[in-house]
Amino acid sequence: MTTTLVPGSARALLALGDDALLASQRLGWWISRAPVLEEDVALANIGLDLLGQARGLLARAGELEGRGRDEDALAFWRDAPDFRHVCLVERDQRDFGTTMVRLLLLATWQRELYARLAASSEPGLAAVAGKAVKEVAYHVDHARAWVLRLGDGTEESHLRVQRALDAEWPWVSELFDGSWLDPEVVAAGVLPWPDELRPTVLGEVAAVLARATLRLPDGLADGLAPEPGGRLRGRHGEHTDELPGLLARMQQVARAHPGATW
Amino acid sequence: MGAEEASEDARELERLLAEDGRVEPTDRVPAAYRRALVRQMAQHAHSEIIGMQPEGAWIESAPSLRRKAILMAKVQDEAGHGLYLYAATETLGVEREELLAKLHAGEQKYSSIFNYPTLTWADVGAIGWLVDGAAIVNQVPLCRCSYGPYARAMVRICKEESFHQRQGFEILHTLARGTPAQRAMAQDAVDRFWWPSLMMFGPPDADSTHSARSMAWGIKRFSNDELRQRFIDMTVPQAEVLGLTLPDPELRWNSERGHYDHGPVDFAELARVVAGDGPCNAERLAHKVRAHEEGAWVREAAAAYAARHGHQGAA
Repeated sequence: MTTTLVPGSARALLALGDDALLASQRLGWWISRAPVLEEDVALANIGLDLLGQARGLLARAGELEGRGRDEDALAFWRDAPDFRHVCLVERDQRDFGTTMVRLLLLATWQRELYARLAASSEPGLAAVAGKAVKEVAYHVDHARAWVLRLGDGTEESHLRVQRALDAEWPWVSELFDGSWLDPEVVAAGVLPWPDELRPTVLGEVAAVLARATLRLPDGLADGLAPEPGGRLRGRHGEHTDELPGLLARMQQVARAHPGATW
Repeated sequence: MGAEEASEDARELERLLAEDGRVEPTDRVPAAYRRALVRQMAQHAHSEIIGMQPEGAWIESAPSLRRKAILMAKVQDEAGHGLYLYAATETLGVEREELLAKLHAGEQKYSSIFNYPTLTWADVGAIGWLVDGAAIVNQVPLCRCSYGPYARAMVRICKEESFHQRQGFEILHTLARGTPAQRAMAQDAVDRFWWPSLMMFGPPDADSTHSARSMAWGIKRFSNDELRQRFIDMTVPQAEVLGLTLPDPELRWNSERGHYDHGPVDFAELARVVAGDGPCNAERLAHKVRAHEEGAWVREAAAAYAARHGHQGAA
């Protein structure tokens, strides 16, 4: 394995670490609020997996960056414009249908991505991805099971999960956007072009949605997600107005005690 | 059931208890023994799931990612404990749904300690150290409880609780050696949680309604006051290691008794909190009821799906 430092790698790992961190943060809200107790356990478990991925990715991003920032410096002491996750994961998800649709989208994408990253030329990234690919495969199964139950459950659940899907859909395209990525990082085999994942990810999602009797969002039927551009771009540090509130909550204790150890 | 059969059940239970045997779900037991177990096990299960709230409130604000992971795992364990205990209670023929309905209606209780607020991050440490510490003292004897499924659930739960107690101690240990503000936060949390933790052992023996019978039936092995004393004796030296004080000026070693003497516990406060007038009773129950009601459409969907697709369904 090569350990050659590729400029831009740190930023790439930071983006993926932020995806996992913010997704975990949103899932953390659910613990004690799930529809059944088994789901409190499952959502905590998925949140923990994502948090573990975030820690590995952020720690490695900090090493590659070489500015002495560890996982906590990156999580607690950056402001909103310095976060690089996709906007999909930062928005509120207090509806169970939204949570499961979003998890299906995120986990299906992560599974495809991590499967490739397990062979990344960046050894820290390969190590995290190699472990995480098994975790996110379970997340896909879990989300798929719920999307099927909700889509093909009652009339009410069908309507609710369809509405959730329609609301999440415009945020999907950012997963496949490569405009933020340094071409050298791709050329050096650190990361694939995000767009390469599109056919597989959308194909798998479409299959689940069809089985769940849900109406496929525009563009999904022929394997296309809406093109990026019209929306905020999290990978470039442009976020929704929901991010500052999330960060305020996440960072409040750490920031009230600069220099403290916990 | 006739009186003759009932007394036969009672004799059978006495025989089992005399041999220190375990009652299993298939055994016939007196109705009152069963009722006492359901009451205690349901209250225990409810305590686990209501107990997810005060700590769960800090998951989103934990001050390091390591602490966040530990706390998430801990609250997840509490949900898991709730599951084992509801499952153990189901062996007595009571469904989880029925027990939850009683909790939501305020007909069954949960531990009074969870009606206190968690005001700072240090409270997560104090709950781990003191509340889980008290829970362990209460629960270790339950591993030898006369009802087999309850005893076995407790073996696993106690192992995890002991882990949680050490994590809580470690949080406070770190804070106590941190900045002056962190140290003050730790001391304040211990000041607020000490007395409510002592109340977790219940009213004094003389006033305990269910104690004598539960002890005769091998559900309970030690009295409330014995367990409270054991917890105090165990905790005072730990507070010294932490370098934190316990808010009781009368706390001192009594070499004659071989125990720590302590000041009077405010059992009137315990009675008020148990009766529903604690700082967070309404909030805790409302949170639980709201989550349950807001999840109704999800449970209905799952039931409809399962009815249509059977077991192969969502797999």
